[in-house]
Amino acid sequence: MIKIKGYRRPNGKVGIRNHLLLLPTVVCANQVVNRIQQQVPGSVAIPHQHGCSQVGEDKERTHKVLVGMGKNPNVGAVLVVSLGCEVMNAEQIRDEIIAETGKPVIWIDIQDEGGSVNTIKKGTEITKELSQRIQSIPHEDVSLSELIVGVKCGGSDATSGLCSNPVLGRTSDMIIKQGGSIVMGETTEIIGAEHILAKKAVNEHVKNKLYDSISQFEKEIERMGVDMRGGNPSPGNIEGGLSSIEEKSLGCISKAGTAPLQGVVDYASEIPGKGFYFMDSPGNDIECVSGMAAAGIQLVCFTTGRGTPTGNPIVPVIKISGNEIMAKRMADNIDVDTSPVLQGKESIQQAGERILNEIVNIASGQQTKAEILGHQEFSISRIGISL
Amino acid sequence: MELKEKSFGEGISCIVMNINDNVVTLLRSVKSGEELTTTIEDKIITITAKENVGFGHKLALKKIEKGEIISKYGESIGVATASIEKGEHVHVHNLVGIRGRGDL
Repeated sequence: MIKIKGYRRPNGKVGIRNHLLLLPTVVCANQVVNRIQQQVPGSVAIPHQHGCSQVGEDKERTHKVLVGMGKNPNVGAVLVVSLGCEVMNAEQIRDEIIAETGKPVIWIDIQDEGGSVNTIKKGTEITKELSQRIQSIPHEDVSLSELIVGVKCGGSDATSGLCSNPVLGRTSDMIIKQGGSIVMGETTEIIGAEHILAKKAVNEHVKNKLYDSISQFEKEIERMGVDMRGGNPSPGNIEGGLSSIEEKSLGCISKAGTAPLQGVVDYASEIPGKGFYFMDSPGNDIECVSGMAAAGIQLVCFTTGRGTPTGNPIVPVIKISGNEIMAKRMADNIDVDTSPVLQGKESIQQAGERILNEIVNIASGQQTKAEILGHQEFSISRIGISL
Repeated sequence: MELKEKSFGEGISCIVMNINDNVVTLLRSVKSGEELTTTIEDKIITITAKENVGFGHKLALKKIEKGEIISKYGESIGVATASIEKGEHVHVHNLVGIRGRGDL
């Protein structure tokens, strides 16, 4: 049984980071949150554009993502900062995080505190105290089976489908064999390959949910009356040799490995069991990784051929390449280069083991390239208009 | 779909993912007139590039008729919008996807 280091939360879940999260409920609170973050090194802020003028499912989704970020086991404590008149219900966000995790969560409100300066001052004091509190949480040996790993590809080129995704698929199999879980997202990027994924579904219900999620995306493309090519595959994907969404998708799906598909979950929804799950999400890198973080995954393995710096505020993102030229040119962004497989110098199994070793090191505290460089991209997928 | 360990040989110039494919993917940029050799399931395939084509892009493995399905990984990646000669570049100028086509 492979061991990693982690932080056990009051609800029993295990994080591989011990973040102090500063959570604005609405775009209007971003600046206050950013100022507090600057005062307390080690805290992380998740400024975003949403939280007001939203209704229905769209509002529910933003709420779910914000609560999910707070609930993620990589987070030790949360400061919620609201404005006071927004659509998001800050009190409810705080209460849900506390009820489901038992973590310390404190809420302050800009209108109640009497403006930005007062809120920054109070928020800084609270954040300092929370920071001291979470320092005492032990960093202990835990099993790799505690890990839920997101697998994602972005900035793909032909090497993604030929090399880095099949190699990551081998790693995915190893993680599942160790008792861990794998989550793949990107509904748009299984279009044309869904029949292969559907064969892995454990039952008809899972299979139908998979097909339904794809059909919803395709209906939206029909409504817009466009060819999705140019948006996905993107101009960079096309320059890298990918000619259609089908080609991209067929290269994408191998990163999940060979395990049966246990279930399909909605965007930012908690993963209900062990093994391989699919999360209905856009292919957009940041929206997908943010949705995975809100679903409670603790680590993302992210393959890229064109090269991307993508990180996340609370989840380490390991960048994996199959393109030797890019891996050298963008060495400060790439954690693992699997291109020796394409050159016949290494087997898929050997490269898959290299990724697994990197996962163990990163999960145990070593920083990813994205963490070292401070990449903390965060974006919530919207499904409605702003009112 | 399963990628076989033996698919990759040291220094190979291109790869066929499945025996039923009609395209080959380049592992390095090639010049017009260059002769390339690869293997799939122990079958040796030789192909002459008809134009300069970049790393990661595809060449037709055989003559592909207009309207014919283009296959990679043993699966459809779209259809040919023109007749494509063996060794010609296969990309967005002569291949269209069938899926995600709200424009049709």
